[in-house]
Amino acid sequence: MRVGVVTFPGTLDDQDAARALRLAGAEAVPLWHADHDLKGVDAVFLPGGFSYGDYLRCGAISRFAPLMTELVPAAQAGLPVLGTCNGFQILCEAHLLPGALVRNAGLHYVCRDQRVRVDNASTAWTTDFTQGQEITLPVKHGEGRYVADAETLAELEASGRVVFRYAGSNPNGSLNDIAGITNEAGNVVGLMPHPEHAVEELTGAPGVDGRGFFSSIVRKLVNA
Amino acid sequence: MARVIVDVMLKPEILDPQGQAIARALPRLGFSGVSDVRQGKRFEVELDGPADDAAIAEVRKMAETLLANTVIEDFVVRVEG
Repeated sequence: MRVGVVTFPGTLDDQDAARALRLAGAEAVPLWHADHDLKGVDAVFLPGGFSYGDYLRCGAISRFAPLMTELVPAAQAGLPVLGTCNGFQILCEAHLLPGALVRNAGLHYVCRDQRVRVDNASTAWTTDFTQGQEITLPVKHGEGRYVADAETLAELEASGRVVFRYAGSNPNGSLNDIAGITNEAGNVVGLMPHPEHAVEELTGAPGVDGRGFFSSIVRKLVNA
Repeated sequence: MARVIVDVMLKPEILDPQGQAIARALPRLGFSGVSDVRQGKRFEVELDGPADDAAIAEVRKMAETLLANTVIEDFVVRVEG
């Protein structure tokens, strides 16, 4: 199983993402933002950071990177894609996911361990969780408040496309406590929390709840 | 040569915590009579040629494609001068 990890200028979490994938038994394939080349990978991880310095809007420049012009049609054709934090922002700017991520309601950058409820355990990246399961993942962002128009929000809720919801408290004022969503096909998932930082006890993460994302995609690719 | 201004503002229904923080700060600084503040972005686009209809249409396309995210923002295009 070869899973691409995209590096943009300003990406921070690509090394953790690659490590998390390797721990789950996948081969992490580095993908470079300036290449028109997905290197034949079976899935793609868009990690967090501040791609292109977050200039203009988070993810607004990254969306037009050469790699994204390859990734967008591939994702629309069913390639599994996971975006965390800045990766989620990029997926929204690229219109692979609806809505947008805007400034936290409290204006502060939030960095903490966050309880998250899994509301959809049937996407490409969440099958190793159970519906309603609560997990703890780190969040670290200043612009993570999910917004969408009322019609989009109602459609997301009605079709079970809200994959993750903040439990306990909402760190950023996201509408309906939304922490992550998926596209109609369930192959593209974006969320603000960081599963790649919660895969080893040693590294200070609150636990290893993030492993489920990577075991889910490995299982899917093995069975494909 | 012409300058075209693109003003980008969060849609009215989108919470603007930065604008709210400014609005809350103003009375503390002695400014009264302000009921609300919304914060936006202004782009000054310098054109090589005149700001004719075709050029304005092109700037509008720029705004839709890059300068604004129309999911959350509205924009207004106008010629300066």
